[in-house]
Amino acid sequence: MTTTGERPVGFGRMTRKEDARFVRGHGTYVDDVRLPGMLYGAVLRSPLAHARIVSVDTSAAEAHPKVRAVITGETLAGLGLAWMPTLSYDTQAVLATDKVRFQGQEVAFVVAEDRYAARDALELIDVEYDPLPPVVDARRALDPGAPVIRDDKEGRTDNHVFDWEAGDRAATDEVFARADVVVGQDMLYPRVHPAPLETCGTVADMDAVTGKLTVWSTTQAPHAHRTLYAMVAGLPEHKIRVISPDIGGGFGNKVGIYPGYVCAVVGSIVTGKPVKWVEDRSENLMSTSFARDYHMPGEMAASRDGRILGVRVKVLADHGAFNSTAQPTKYPAGFFHIFTGSYDIEAAHCEVTGVYTNKAPGGVAYACSFRVTEAVYLVERMVDVLAAELGTDPAELRMRNLLRPEQFPYRNKTGWEYDSGDYPRALRLAMDLAHYEELRREQAERRERGELMGIGVSFFTEAVGAGPRKHMDILGLGMADGAELRVHPTGKAVLRISVQTQGQGHETTFAQIVAEELGIPPEDIDVVHGDTDQTPFGLGTYGSRSTPVSGAAAALVARKVRERARLVASAMLEVSPDDLEWEKGRWFVTGDPDQGRTMAEIALAAHSTLELPEGVEGHLDASCVYNPPNLTFPFGAYICVADVDAGTGQVKVRRFVAVDDCGTRINPMIVEGQVHGGLADGLGMALMQVIAFDEDGNCLGGSFMDYLLPTAVECPSWELGETVTPSPHHPIGAKGVGESATVGSPAAVVNAVVDALRPLGVRHVDMPLTPAAVWRAARGQPFRSDLAIT
Amino acid sequence: MQVPATFQYARATGVEHAIELLTRYGPEARLVAGGHSLLPMMKLRLAQPEALIDINGLDELTRIRVDGGELAVGAMVRHAGLLASAVVGEHFPVLRDAERMIADPLVRNRGTVGGSLCQADPSEDLSAAFCALRATLVAQGPDGRRVVPVREFFLGPYETVLGEAELLLEVRVPIRSHASAYRKVERRAGDWAVAAAAAVLELSGGVVTEAGIGLTAVGAPRFVAEEAERYLCGGPPDEERFAEAGRVAGEECRPSADQRGPVDYKRHLAAELTVRALRAAAARAQGQEA
Ligand SMILES: Cc1cc2nc3c(=O)[nH]c(=O)nc-3n(C[C@H](O)[C@H](O)[C@H](O)COP(=O)(O)OP(=O)(O)OC[C@H]3O[C@@H](n4cnc5c(N)ncnc54)[C@H](O)[C@@H]3O)c2cc1C
Repeated sequence: MTTTGERPVGFGRMTRKEDARFVRGHGTYVDDVRLPGMLYGAVLRSPLAHARIVSVDTSAAEAHPKVRAVITGETLAGLGLAWMPTLSYDTQAVLATDKVRFQGQEVAFVVAEDRYAARDALELIDVEYDPLPPVVDARRALDPGAPVIRDDKEGRTDNHVFDWEAGDRAATDEVFARADVVVGQDMLYPRVHPAPLETCGTVADMDAVTGKLTVWSTTQAPHAHRTLYAMVAGLPEHKIRVISPDIGGGFGNKVGIYPGYVCAVVGSIVTGKPVKWVEDRSENLMSTSFARDYHMPGEMAASRDGRILGVRVKVLADHGAFNSTAQPTKYPAGFFHIFTGSYDIEAAHCEVTGVYTNKAPGGVAYACSFRVTEAVYLVERMVDVLAAELGTDPAELRMRNLLRPEQFPYRNKTGWEYDSGDYPRALRLAMDLAHYEELRREQAERRERGELMGIGVSFFTEAVGAGPRKHMDILGLGMADGAELRVHPTGKAVLRISVQTQGQGHETTFAQIVAEELGIPPEDIDVVHGDTDQTPFGLGTYGSRSTPVSGAAAALVARKVRERARLVASAMLEVSPDDLEWEKGRWFVTGDPDQGRTMAEIALAAHSTLELPEGVEGHLDASCVYNPPNLTFPFGAYICVADVDAGTGQVKVRRFVAVDDCGTRINPMIVEGQVHGGLADGLGMALMQVIAFDEDGNCLGGSFMDYLLPTAVECPSWELGETVTPSPHHPIGAKGVGESATVGSPAAVVNAVVDALRPLGVRHVDMPLTPAAVWRAARGQPFRSDLAIT
Repeated sequence: MQVPATFQYARATGVEHAIELLTRYGPEARLVAGGHSLLPMMKLRLAQPEALIDINGLDELTRIRVDGGELAVGAMVRHAGLLASAVVGEHFPVLRDAERMIADPLVRNRGTVGGSLCQADPSEDLSAAFCALRATLVAQGPDGRRVVPVREFFLGPYETVLGEAELLLEVRVPIRSHASAYRKVERRAGDWAVAAAAAVLELSGGVVTEAGIGLTAVGAPRFVAEEAERYLCGGPPDEERFAEAGRVAGEECRPSADQRGPVDYKRHLAAELTVRALRAAAARAQGQEA
C-alpha cells in the first residue's frame, strides 16, 4: 500500500496527524512553557561517587543579586521531603543530607531570575566532602568489607537489595543432570541510557491563593505522577494538575519522578513564582534512569540432537545507589523470568540478586518491556552458543525448538501464558527475505578467503500491555487505564486517554481505533492526552502498553458509544434496536439497508429534542476502564548480516531483516516507524553504547561525545516483513510494538558478529562491540565493558 | 541547557584589529573562529574566557589559493570548504580523505582549519594530515609576521607556540608530485578518531625519496611517526616495507587507554592504519584510486 491513496476511515496507512505540528516547529515542549514571572532552577551535583557531606555553605550563592532561593537537603528535611519513595519501595534522596552516593547526585537547588544566574550561583555554593571508597564493580558489591552505601537505612551492613527467583529449581537441575550437552556463557548486558533527545524537566507553578499546583513535566505517566505528588508531599490530589505537553522521546527515561521535579515544586512554593528546571545533556546521562546492567552467567541444557531441555541463570543486577526501578511490583526483576523465550523448554530457573553500587539509580528504562530485553538477549545468545557447540546452524536449531502454533495459548515454565503465535512462519519468512541459504553460501566463500562475515539470527517473544490488575501494580496502583469518548452534535469526536505519546503517534493511532469502530474519519477525532485535568486516570505509556491497554479502552468505549447510537437510531427509525445492523459509520434496518442513520445524524439527534428511549439519558458520550485479562505477546524473527574488518575490529552491519508480528496493525506506517527506531536503538546498544565507570566511580558516558547514538551511516536500509497473528483476548487483536525491535535486535547483531569471528574461535563478545572490543575478543583478550578500559 | 559563564564580546574587523583587541583584553581573551571546540568547553565551563574576539568577519582569511607553487589555506576556511575544494582534492587527497571523516556536516560547516590547528586537540585529524604534508603556518602578532613549520607548532595537548596576541593566518603546503592518503578508525560516524594515520609519499625511480606519516589520537609527538618516515626513505614502496614502517610507527607512538580502546589496540591501529594509508597513497601514485 502507498501513502498517496485515500486516507483510511479506520485502520490503514496514513501519515500522522501530529506531524504537521512537529515538522513546522509548532510543538510545545516543557522548555517552551513560559509563564509570567517565571524563575529558573539549577541543581548542584556531587562531583564524587561516594562521600560524606561535612558542610554545605550557601551564603555566597544567596548573596548573588539574581538568586531568589537556595534549597539544600537540610531545607527539605525540614519539610519532610529530603527523601522520596522510589517505584520499588526503596527511598531516594531528593537532595543529599548525609552522604552523596553517586557522581551527579543532587546536593542543592538554586532558584534565580535566569538560567545563567542560576548556573553561576552553583559555583558559589561551597560543599565540603569527606571522600569514601566507592563500590564501582557490581561483582564486588557483596564482598565482605565492601563499603556500605545505604547506611541511611537502619541496621544495613551490606549492599544487598533483593534476591528473587522464578521457575522450578529442582526440575531444572534434574534436566541439566541428564542432558547430553550443557553449555554456559557469562554475559553482561551493560548499563545503557535511554538518552531521549529532550532531556527531563519541569515547570512548577503553585498558586498561593487557590492552592492549586500545576506541573508541566516530561512524564510518560502524568496521572501516576499526580498521585505520587499527593502521596509524597501531602498535597491534596484534586489541587494538583500534571500536564505532559509534547514529549521529545521517553523510552522509559520519563516514567519516574526525579529530584529536580520535586525541587522545582518546592522552589515554586518557597518563592511564590513559577519555577522552571530543565536538566542539561550531561545531567540527563549521568543522573537519570539508566537501563539493563545485568550480569548473566547463562546455562543451557540440550540433547545431542538439538532439543533444548532447560535454561538457568543467576543474575547479578546492578541497581545503582537507590533502587528506583520501575517495575510491576511483584516482580523486582520485571518480566525477566520470561527468559525461556520462544522455545518449548522443559524446565527453567532463574535467580536474580540486586545490589547497590555507587552509580546513578534507575534500572528498567529504555524500551525494555520490564526487562524482557535482558531475557531475550540471554536466551538468544545461549541458543547460538549451543548451536556452535552442537555444530548446528543457529536458524535450524531455533526452528527445531520454537513453540508450534498448536501449543498456543502456551503456558511457559515460569508461569507466563503466551496468547498467540505462529513462530515457525515468522522465522521462515525472515529467512526467505534474507535469502538465508544463499547468505550461508556467501559466508563459506568469504571464509575461504579469510574474510569475516557473520549472519546473526534472533527470535523474540515480547510480553507487553501491563497489566492485569490482580497481578500487576506500581506502588499499589493497578495497571488499568481509562478512556472517555465524546461525540459532538455535529458528529465530530474527542477521545480522552490516560496514556501519553512521546513520539509514538497516539494522536493518529487512537483516532484510527475509534474511526474503525464508529466510521468517523480519523481527522474528525481529536485525541486528548497528557493533562490530568482533562483525561481519565491511567498509568501511562511504557512497556509498550498504550495500544494493548489504552487501545483496548479506546475500542471498548467506542463500542459503548456505538451501542448507545443504536438506541438513538432505533428511536429515530422507530424500530426495535434488535432490528438494526451496523456497517461502518451507520446503523440500518435489517433487510432494508436504505433505512438507516449515519453517526453524524445520530449524534445530532442524541443532542436534539427527540424523545430518547430507555437507556440513553442524552448525548452519546461514554467512558470505560480497561483491565487487561492478560499481557499480549508480540514476537518476531530478525536476521542481521555483518562484516568485520579483522585488521581494525570495525563492524559494518550490511543488512538487517526484521519480521515483526504485533497482531493487528492499526497503522502499518506507524508500526514500521516504531520498528525502524527500535532497530536503530538496538544496533546502537549492540555496537556503541555503554555507561561505564572508572575506579573512582566517575561516569564515563556523560556526554554525546562519550555516549554514542547511532546515525544513518551505521544503519543499513532496514528490510521489514510482517506476519499477523491477532491477540485472541484483545478487543482489536493488537499487541503493541513500541519495544519489539529494541528487545529483539541486539542479540541478532551480537550473534552476527560472533558468527563472523567463529573462525577465530570466538564464542561470545560483550556489548558494545566497539572496534577495540571486537579486536580484543578476536585475540582472546576481552575486556570488561562496564569498567574503564585500561 | 548548558550555559557558559559571563564573557565580553568583540568583533574584529581585520587582522590588525583582532591583534589589537587581543592585546587590549589581555591573556584571558580568546579568539573564536567556528566555535566548535571553544563553545562546548565554555558551556561545560571547562573554559571561562573573559572575552571572545570574533574573527568570523575576517574575509581575508577565508580563501583557498595557489600561490607560488604552494597551496595557501586561510585560517578561516571551514572544513566544508576544504572538503569541497577541487585544487585540494587534486593535489592533496590526504586532506580530502581526512575531511570526509571529520565530525559531521553541521560541524564541518562551521569549524575552521585554523581553529582545528590552534585548538591542538591531541585527536585532531587535520593536525596529523598537515604534519604529514610538512605544512608551514603563517602567524601574525604584535611583533609582526612569522612562519612556523607545522611540526614545530604544537607544544603538547592544547598548547601551541602562538603568543597570547598572535593569530594564525594561513596554512601553506608546497604542491609537489607526491601521493597521499588518510585512514581513520572511529567508533561511529562523526566521532573523534580512535586512531588515524596520514601518509604522504614522494617517489622517484621506484624509491621513496620523502615520506610523511602523521598520526593522531595515539600520542605521537608532534603528530608524526618520524622513525617510520626515516625507515621508508631510500627503499621501494612495497608491502614489506610498509608493514615494517607500520610496526615502527606503532611502537614509537605513545597512546593512552581510554573508552576508545586499550593501549595495545591503539598501537596496533597506528600500525595498521599507517600501512593502509601508505598502501592507498602508493596506489594513488600508480594512478589507481584508493
Ligand atoms: C561534535 C563534534 C565532533 C568533532 N569531530 C571531530 C573529528 O572527528 N575530528 C577532528 O579533527 N575534529 C573534530 N571536531 C572539532 C572540529 O573540527 C572543530 O571545529 C575544530 O577543532 C575547531 O575549529 P573551530 O573553528 O570551531 O575553532 P574554535 O572553537 O573557534 O577555536 C578553537 C581554538 O582555536 C583558537 N583559534 C581559532 N582560530 C584561531 C586563529 N586563526 N588563530 C589563533 N587561534 C585561533 C581559539 O581561540 C580556540 O582556542 C569535532 C567537533 C565537534 C563539535
